[in-house]
Amino acid sequence: MIRILQYLGKSTRTSFTKLGRATYFLLQTVSGIPSVLLRPRLLLNQLYSVGVLSFLIITISGLFVGMVLGLQGYYTLSDFGAEETLGVMVAASLVRELGPVVSALLFAGRAGSALTAEIGLMKATEQLSGMEMMAVDPIKRIITPRFLAGLLAMPLLAALFSAVGIIGGQIIGSGLLGVDEGAYWSQMQASIDFHDDILNGVIKSIVFGFVTSWIALFEGSDAIPTSEGVSRATTRTVVNSAFSILGLDFILTALMFGE
Amino acid sequence: MDNSVSSQDSLVSVRNLSFSRGDKIIFDDISLDFERGKISAIMGPSGTGKTTLLKLIGGQLFPDKGSITVDGQNVHKLRRTELYNLRKRLGMLFQSGALLTDMSVYDNVAFPLREHTHLPESMIRTLVLMKLQAVGLRGARNLMPNELSGGMARRIALARAIALDPMMILYDEPFTGQDPISMGVLVHLIKSLNNILGLTSIIVSHDVHDTSAIADYIYVLSGGKIVGQGTPKEIQQSDSEWVQQFMTGAADGPVHFHYPAKDYVDDLMSVGKRY
Repeated sequence: MIRILQYLGKSTRTSFTKLGRATYFLLQTVSGIPSVLLRPRLLLNQLYSVGVLSFLIITISGLFVGMVLGLQGYYTLSDFGAEETLGVMVAASLVRELGPVVSALLFAGRAGSALTAEIGLMKATEQLSGMEMMAVDPIKRIITPRFLAGLLAMPLLAALFSAVGIIGGQIIGSGLLGVDEGAYWSQMQASIDFHDDILNGVIKSIVFGFVTSWIALFEGSDAIPTSEGVSRATTRTVVNSAFSILGLDFILTALMFGE
Repeated sequence: MDNSVSSQDSLVSVRNLSFSRGDKIIFDDISLDFERGKISAIMGPSGTGKTTLLKLIGGQLFPDKGSITVDGQNVHKLRRTELYNLRKRLGMLFQSGALLTDMSVYDNVAFPLREHTHLPESMIRTLVLMKLQAVGLRGARNLMPNELSGGMARRIALARAIALDPMMILYDEPFTGQDPISMGVLVHLIKSLNNILGLTSIIVSHDVHDTSAIADYIYVLSGGKIVGQGTPKEIQQSDSEWVQQFMTGAADGPVHFHYPAKDYVDDLMSVGKRY
């Protein structure tokens, strides 16, 4: 019994100290933003490796998710003779939920894990320590540009995901299954609201981008500087990001769309 | 105090330093002085915290007790910007070289110049080529760090460390894992850089032969204490059993060959236990 209590106490303490370290890390990162804005080149390089290099996976996944939505939606809607509203169904599910959530999960797997491994290895090979000794703050030079890049890239990638998905739904819906193309687009235009649907989706993806980049960068710089430590940190990034994305999605959905 | 005289011209002085990691005591109330313009060496077996001492001098770690002054400034009382200004005048050579792997050799050497000065690219080019020439690797400027051998990486890191013309260079195990030729090159470089540029050098090493060849003064550390100090000659003739074991590399002595364990025969006879 005492053992269990001891164990519980110890693990609670470790997780709280870790949370404290993570918060401190976030504050340091955010305080580096002004100096990064003065050197936009650093940010552009990171936007390329975090954002542009994720283009392909986001586009292809978006296309397939949209096509599946088109297929599934058509069979359900046609039972009620409502297949004209397929556009609304596809667009609403993408813009509100699947766009932000799935692209954030893909982003955590593609860019988040890469960030953790990169930072962890830089730590293991003393590159961060070396920078400190050269009087260059690694937070400002390495961490903050990557954080900002993640924050900016995520909403754009989510928007791309949704846009490609809607086209995918249209290809299947009107190209293959015979939904009227005009109805697909006009129904969508009439029912999707800019504020309620699109803006809320964008807010979600900004939150996910924030959390994913934070987790990835923190796990990297908190990693034990060995190959095993870096591999564990990379795993933790993907797992923790997925949990946070799905959990936060529930909370945000309840706040935004619950009446 | 007999060391008050030497601290006049010492660039770095460590006073009553104590440092521990968890339960393990790394330094127990030690005081050292590193003279200006000289090559000083800190020697001792692996795991005695030699690298830790360099990190303490560079202000990356904080001591539990005691103080470290570099050029008259107490490293651990400085504000962040002051510490960074001090670090601009220190060069540190890491064991791994710590080159930035996403940049070419040229960009690595240019890195501190680009970060800390507003020099035009043409002048940076001149400076970089001069530093690379000094370490004999001007021809390797377009290589990436993963294309370099260990010795070359260390020489590039040395070129980077002298890029801002520091007053002092800290060398962390510069000779470990080097073949005889690159070892000779490094020994020669450290010596000549120190004399030509008027630097102060601190070398952390467990390589007895090559370090005593170039060092002016040696401290031998073990178990958190200074067990011997003096010029290489004095160290060689030291009557401390411990220093003798270290310098000659004897397998048994004050530092035991065996890790502490219970009696050998008892251990073998206790049948039935798994460990």
